[in-house]
Amino acid sequence: MSQVVHTGAEGFLHRYEGLRERLPGARLPWLAALRAQAAESFRAQGFPTRRVEAWHYTDLRQVTQATFDEALTAVEDDIVLPKARTANRVVFVDGRLRSDLSSWPTMATVASQIGRIEGRIALPDEPMAALNTMLFEDGMLLNIPAGTDAGVLEILSIASESARPTAFHLRHIVRLHEGAKLTVLEVNQGPAATRYLHNPVWQVEVGEGASFTHARLQQEGALAFQLGSIYATVAAGGTYDNFTLNAGGRLVRNEIHATLTGTGATCHMNGAQLLGDGQHADTTTFLDHAAPGCASRQTYKTVLTGKSRGVFQGKILVRQAAQQTDGYQMNQALLLSPDAEMDSKPQLEIYADDVKCSHGATVGELDADQMFYLRARGISEAAARSMLVRAFLQEAVEGIADETLRGALETAVEGWWERQGEPTP
Amino acid sequence: MLKIEGLTATVDGKEILKGIDLEVPTGEVHAIMGPNGSGKSTLSYVLAGRDGYEVTGGTATFDGVDLLGKAPEERAALGVFLAFQYPVELPGVGNANFLRTALNAVRRGRGESELDAMQFLKVARARMKELSMPEDMLKRGVNVGFSGGEKKRNEVLQMALLAPKLAILDETDSGLDIDALKVAADGVNALRGPAFTALVITHYQRLLTYIVPDRVHVLMGGRIVRSGGKELALELEASGYGAPQAA
Ligand SMILES: Nc1ncnc2c1ncn2[C@@H]1O[C@H](COP(=O)(O)OP(=O)(O)OP(=O)(O)O)[C@@H](O)[C@H]1O
Ligand SMILES: [Mg+2]
Repeated sequence: MSQVVHTGAEGFLHRYEGLRERLPGARLPWLAALRAQAAESFRAQGFPTRRVEAWHYTDLRQVTQATFDEALTAVEDDIVLPKARTANRVVFVDGRLRSDLSSWPTMATVASQIGRIEGRIALPDEPMAALNTMLFEDGMLLNIPAGTDAGVLEILSIASESARPTAFHLRHIVRLHEGAKLTVLEVNQGPAATRYLHNPVWQVEVGEGASFTHARLQQEGALAFQLGSIYATVAAGGTYDNFTLNAGGRLVRNEIHATLTGTGATCHMNGAQLLGDGQHADTTTFLDHAAPGCASRQTYKTVLTGKSRGVFQGKILVRQAAQQTDGYQMNQALLLSPDAEMDSKPQLEIYADDVKCSHGATVGELDADQMFYLRARGISEAAARSMLVRAFLQEAVEGIADETLRGALETAVEGWWERQGEPTP
Repeated sequence: MLKIEGLTATVDGKEILKGIDLEVPTGEVHAIMGPNGSGKSTLSYVLAGRDGYEVTGGTATFDGVDLLGKAPEERAALGVFLAFQYPVELPGVGNANFLRTALNAVRRGRGESELDAMQFLKVARARMKELSMPEDMLKRGVNVGFSGGEKKRNEVLQMALLAPKLAILDETDSGLDIDALKVAADGVNALRGPAFTALVITHYQRLLTYIVPDRVHVLMGGRIVRSGGKELALELEASGYGAPQAA
């Protein structure tokens, strides 16, 4: 007896066909229709190949050649969780909410009930977002009322151990009403020896004068794939602050789309990618200045060891209406091994005439003069290297004001560093 | 004692040191003078162990221990200190963190206990006061945005903290104002004693009125071409280097 093995887009469409009656909200006509529409979009586009311009540097064959089991498995009970970093934490295991392990602030409306997202869910025209819409089971709905400070919330996604590859597609929807404030620490983790695909999508709507700080620790398991996207809009006077630490996973794509829709909106996108042997990480940002007087700042730092590959693609679009735009983008990579590779593609597209927009990119090795200076002062080669790598990352990390976030990031950086077999000074 | 015999070295395949012979007995301070490009900094880098400076012949020992085969940090642990002609900027590395890491590395090498942040600050503040350095320099990135003179002072501070057995000062006086020059000289003189040896590279006799050397050597074309007492510096100041004299 032979069994047909489904891989690639085919495999996921096949799963959708098989699961559609059992997916959460299957009986809600609007959601069933949306999923069907997403399936059509995904069927038409498939997984992007390197011939698609936006995917030129990231080859998804590792993902498309794998087979994934259905995600609607019984959720593990004996999952070991990392220590909570904040008072409130929401835990998702294999893409499903574990309310028994979670707590959230009463101030915010938190729900993962699918029925409540009607009218709030959008379908961006991107294949990875379509894949998510087709198959998502759970996620956060954070609806922060006007003028409310919802504090800090940790959102942990953890994959359980499994002999067979699994896939899950978290869908988070965040809305901050006028003047609201929220900080999210998003942590993504998984076991080292399990192959899984995490395909999260965030929809973020920052209202007038509202402020959303979104710090992300991507520490997926060593064999994991993460193909994630964020779609954010920021209204007048609002701020979206994103910091992403990409340290885990085997193949990771982190896409951030932000549209500044109202006068004086601000967006910060900072990040660090720490890559070791065999890892591929791609940060792709798209900043759309659609209103006048907005500011955007991007600082990305990538450190590469072993045979690893980093990608940064960043596009800043300044529409004609977006006069007095202040845009800045810096992307720097430090190659610690001759086998590592970094590809950068910054892009500016400007249609307004009164703008201040700049970008820069550097790729380099550790500075020999700096290394010698430190070693001549008695500091060992390994410790000197570690000091200089931390110094390199400093600029991307220093923008983080929140102590909890800073601490969590510092610990993550140290953990990565130790895995590279280097001492921490 | 620092003992250098027949030392030859190349940089990028070009021979710069062409057979240096030099002895500095323990407890003495010797000055090295010589025209631009004669190899003074090259000699100091070779003694400190910089990559890219290839030793092609000869020996250099300190207290009988071979220096040339050792990593820079091992030499530092033996008590060798180089004050750089051009101190390096380290953006993102805090000066306090740098100084404490260096001090503790050297203390470990000497078999002494490490200093915690509080103990370190106490020691560092005391030294900085002696060197009239403002305390906020501890908070800044190492040498980042420091003026030329401030960088040199930071070198002297490092020397004062690390208390080396062999200090090589490569034009530490260049770029210092008159007061700072005295302070830097005081820093060296404070370390002077039977267990402290120094090689002071300078272009100016003035420094040597504050740090009175036991001997003065002239380095030209990659060789020590003349040696004499402290009065040699005065003579050179008056008449220049001229043609190398027969040794
Ligand atoms: N990488 C290099 N490639 C070729 N020549 C070099 C290199 N580095 C140094 N040199 C040469 O070596 C010679 C000695 O340089 P060094 O810096 O030791 O001189 P110095 O005596 O310290 O001069 P100064 O008084 O100007 O500081 C110079 O002619 C210099 O140009
Ligand atoms: Mg020199």
